[in-house]
Amino acid sequence: MESKSIALENEHDIAVARNEVRVLAVGLGFRLVDQTRLTTVASELARNVIKYARRGRMIAQPTRNPAGRNGLRLIFEDSGPGIPDIGAAMRDGFTTGGGLGKGLPGSKRLVDEFEIESAPGHGTRVTVARWA
Amino acid sequence: MNGSRIPILKVGRVLIVPIQVDMDDQTVMHLQERILSELERTGARGVLIDISMLETVDSFIGRVLSDIAAMARIMDARTVVVGMQPAVAITLVELGLELRGVDTVLNVDEGIKLLRDEFGIRDADDGLEHRELSMFDGEQVNRT
Ligand SMILES: Nc1ncnc2c1ncn2[C@@H]1O[C@H](COP(=O)(O)OP(=O)(O)OP(=O)(O)O)[C@@H](O)[C@H]1O
Ligand SMILES: [Mg+2]
Repeated sequence: MESKSIALENEHDIAVARNEVRVLAVGLGFRLVDQTRLTTVASELARNVIKYARRGRMIAQPTRNPAGRNGLRLIFEDSGPGIPDIGAAMRDGFTTGGGLGKGLPGSKRLVDEFEIESAPGHGTRVTVARWA
Repeated sequence: MNGSRIPILKVGRVLIVPIQVDMDDQTVMHLQERILSELERTGARGVLIDISMLETVDSFIGRVLSDIAAMARIMDARTVVVGMQPAVAITLVELGLELRGVDTVLNVDEGIKLLRDEFGIRDADDGLEHRELSMFDGEQVNRT
């Protein structure tokens, strides 16, 4: 399967991203609870892009590991303000946006692989993956 | 999907809100406003939000559900969320989200029972026999 890029430009695109991830996860043979985990992660990370960077995109890459297991990698990238202290942002309850501070640390718990890169003033990229 | 198309049914002294679809953020906010204004308009004492069709509950919807419960409480009404799918419940726990102030039960009947028995909303189940009918009538049936 080819990878797919979804523009994140307004709040409705968060729902579009959720839906896209659900469809891909079903197609890759993820069981229901994993579909739900991936869809929820997409919702959290896409909302962060809209909320903190105003716009960006999600790239969804179906993959397969050497053992032949299907997986889904999701990349959320933006050119927003970036995160000055990633350690703090990854802590449960940390928020600068009046949220619950669960989006980043919670997403990390819902996937098998989680990577976050951010340069203040340049943007943020969060990459997650889960194996079916 | 527009928030106004999610029906809010009044059955006895309870508002029943069957959420049928994935909602975008604006729809969620609009629904919250409508529930609160219906509470004020009808003087209902309970809110029963049926999320059995909802496939994803993220921190945004979770927070709105808690907010609805908190505001309803100020208006002397109790909120029960019914029918959370097991996959959604597992995901919420891993996400670290507690639906603060929100009671969750398995189905609508248990929700009504909780409102009636625990929260003392005595006529919570008045008119329940009309429930099925009302559901298909679209929005804002049973206006009083
Ligand atoms: N794409 C981003 N660009 C800039 N800052 C971000 C981005 N994503 C997250 N952050 C920062 O990291 C903090 C933590 O994010 P997280 O998603 O965990 O919590 P939240 O968005 O504040 O609340 P919640 O997601 O629980 O509603 C945010 O408050 C914000 O300061
Ligand atoms: Mg967030």
